[in-house]
Amino acid sequence: MKWIKRSYVSLILLIMYAPVAVLMVFSFNDSKLPIWKGFTLDWYSKVFSDTGIKQAILYTLIVALVSSLIATVIGTLAAMGIHRMTGWQKRLAINVTYIPMLSPDIVIGISLMMLFNVLHIPFGLPSLIISHITFSIPYVIFAVMPKLKQMNYNLYEAALDLGASPWYAFKKVILPEIMPGVLAGTFIAFTLSIDDFVVSFFNKGAGVDTLPIKIYSMARKGVNPTINAVSTLMFATIIIVLVVSNLKANQKVKEAKMQ
Amino acid sequence: MNRKSLAYPYMIWAGIFIIVPLVLIVYFSFFVDGQFTLANYTKFIEDYYIAAMVRSIGFAFVSTAICLLLAYPLAMILAGKEMSNKSIILLLVILPMWMNSLLRTYAWANLLENNGVINNLLNAMGLPSVKFLYGNGGVIFGMVYNFFPFMVLPIYNALAKIDHKLIEASYDLGANKWTTFKKVTLPLSMPGIVTGIIMVFMPSLTTFLITRLLGGGKVMLIGNIIEEQFTRTGDMGFGSAVSMILMIIVLITLGIMSRKGALDEEGGLF
Repeated sequence: MKWIKRSYVSLILLIMYAPVAVLMVFSFNDSKLPIWKGFTLDWYSKVFSDTGIKQAILYTLIVALVSSLIATVIGTLAAMGIHRMTGWQKRLAINVTYIPMLSPDIVIGISLMMLFNVLHIPFGLPSLIISHITFSIPYVIFAVMPKLKQMNYNLYEAALDLGASPWYAFKKVILPEIMPGVLAGTFIAFTLSIDDFVVSFFNKGAGVDTLPIKIYSMARKGVNPTINAVSTLMFATIIIVLVVSNLKANQKVKEAKMQ
Repeated sequence: MNRKSLAYPYMIWAGIFIIVPLVLIVYFSFFVDGQFTLANYTKFIEDYYIAAMVRSIGFAFVSTAICLLLAYPLAMILAGKEMSNKSIILLLVILPMWMNSLLRTYAWANLLENNGVINNLLNAMGLPSVKFLYGNGGVIFGMVYNFFPFMVLPIYNALAKIDHKLIEASYDLGANKWTTFKKVTLPLSMPGIVTGIIMVFMPSLTTFLITRLLGGGKVMLIGNIIEEQFTRTGDMGFGSAVSMILMIIVLITLGIMSRKGALDEEGGLF
């Protein structure tokens, strides 16, 4: 039985990683075509010289950083507000929050596009950032809400009774409790933004391409291996971040056990 | 610092950027040049569009079923006691999602092309080439590949929460493995299954990208029709009407599924 289970898991992992491996291998390939011609690092040096790709990386990061930070602030405040609501207000707020999570991406994309047209909001960075904030906020709210539910509200009131200002009590009592949820929300918002194609596709402006859009426009004439190099670098960064944070977490557990 | 008013900035944001856009879709689907009309909806009743809708629902159905059949055993293995390193394997299943999905789908195109990597391997082994891409099979494969982790995660979460004593009790009371699975494990993992189905069915139903990259422009799904209205033909009214129809199908699906208990705390992703 055990070997059946193992081979099943391995087979699935093989399928999951086949394209990732292909991308990585071709990022070192000395040819534009997907046929192995020899090892090269040219595509990696091109990452830092190709202005189109450098611009796309820059725009992707700007949009992801700005939108995830704004979504985190608005979303965390909203979660605290909604947490205090009761009855129909709470139901309404939660149902509205579900809308962007459950609407198809393409509907979010086209409906925002029509809104920006009607309001004359310029297509480009503003439209991209606004649309990314809009689809990210619900994930922040639903990441923070459970932490608020788990929290003991009396602690906050105790802080107020002991003379803390509301802001000070928030900073010292509420924020540390909900921080894991807030960080998870920011992380989800950031990754959603970096990976988003559909919503950005309808709301981009002339000359402002994010990486996914750049990849899509390239896919027709054959993807430039520079893009493979960029993705390999990004993927490696994520893995390093995960490994380091895991090691740190393990260390903490060990230290706690030692004590 | 802990008042309802904290939600006001969000409520204003949601009003402008969530509610108003939906109202705009409704408006543009019913009004052409300020005149009320049903023309955009009657236009949809045409074999070509109906066929695309039926195809979309069918494809989404098939890919969801395949995902479920593949993901449930995997989730069970990962949630089982004997598997060591399961958190690492779970991480490995999710990790590819951090590489751009567009690019991974495109890499599959490289692998599966008529003279791609896999066909070259087949030829080298003396086997004939297989035409994987640019048809229904390729598109469904792309959906399964892209949305598979969304099925594994909620099912795994639901299974991991099951109190193992319940399963032992079932064995103690004389149930065999199959009965225990059917009467204990499966019902308790239902919230996860339902969440997984929603998470796979919805994006499969509405994708236009996978069809583009793996269908070679020959397979038309409802998402492709909406996209064309906004990027090529410029018929916003008709595009809005199709979006409305799509939203209604989504709502019906959600209505059916949420009766089975998804989206509450049990089946959630967090």
